[in-house]
Amino acid sequence: MKQRTFLALGLLVCLLVAGVASYYASSHPDGLEYVAEQTGFLDSAEDSAASDSPLAGYSTDGVDDARLSGGLAGAAGVVVMLLLSTGLFWTLRRRGHPQDAEDHADSEDHTDAEDHADGRS
Amino acid sequence: MHVPDGFLDAPTSIATGAVAVAGVGLALRGARRELDDRTAPMAGLVATFVFAAQMINFPVGAGTSGHLLGGALAAVLVGPWSAVLCISVVLLVQALLMADGGITALGTNVTLMALVGVWVGWGVFVLARRLLPRRTSMVVPAAAIGALVSVPAAATVFALLFAVGGIAPVDPGKVLAAMVTWHVVIGIGEAIVTGLVVASVVATRPDLVRGALPALEKRELEIRSPAR
Repeated sequence: MKQRTFLALGLLVCLLVAGVASYYASSHPDGLEYVAEQTGFLDSAEDSAASDSPLAGYSTDGVDDARLSGGLAGAAGVVVMLLLSTGLFWTLRRRGHPQDAEDHADSEDHTDAEDHADGRS
Repeated sequence: MHVPDGFLDAPTSIATGAVAVAGVGLALRGARRELDDRTAPMAGLVATFVFAAQMINFPVGAGTSGHLLGGALAAVLVGPWSAVLCISVVLLVQALLMADGGITALGTNVTLMALVGVWVGWGVFVLARRLLPRRTSMVVPAAAIGALVSVPAAATVFALLFAVGGIAPVDPGKVLAAMVTWHVVIGIGEAIVTGLVVASVVATRPDLVRGALPALEKRELEIRSPAR
């Protein structure tokens, strides 16, 4: 499988998992939350300063349908993740001669989008 | 295992914040050795996949659920330094965008899931890989074992942090016992998901699996052509 195909398939899987399958995830508290409840320290939890975010709690503000609201939040998260993490790793990567890695890793004057299109084998 | 704000006191949160900054700082240096034109897009995809997979809570009984932490998975696929960065980006996006995991608790969550999860997962994986026959297929069980151990390890560190800086007056011993018990069960789910994902990548593009490199090098010496 060509790497480009592999990456495209991988992205599709991510979108399906976050955008569609997530609706069917268990809504039970996770391990930590459950233990906190059982042993009695769940009440010490405070609301996050980010709880006003339009995507807080993996639901989209203003979208009533639960399936759509969660799916949109998941898909938006996937897009943000892909841009942020690929941008970071593309900036950090080694290129050309190994000894150039140190110099290049600190420079930010390259164009991510163009590098991207060419870089995949 | 996303710790919300308020569970741990300020000194503990500041301490884990410092540990997280140091760990991520080292990873920013270390990851350069793992990343090139071919593996950088893969690392971006792995981070994105962990984010997506963390939305899938699977039931583990008694009204409890768990989800992938992804530290061992990311480490086996793209190397431990890049994996630390993968999981840290996931936690950052979750905390800021989804309000999943507290903001003052971000250092705690990075310490637990990005540092403990990744390094314990990778360490156990490397150990298991050494004990198993040197074949690419053996990367799958080794990754699953690393994943299995990484979850209760992170849970244990949370319980220790709670013993030091927990806000609520709760017996830390009880918290430790309950955390480890449940996260051993969740670790089985982690092992299954990690094994399945690593197996799929090994089957399609073994050259993109960092943890399979030693086995691939051996194969290249013996058999006809390299994987790519």
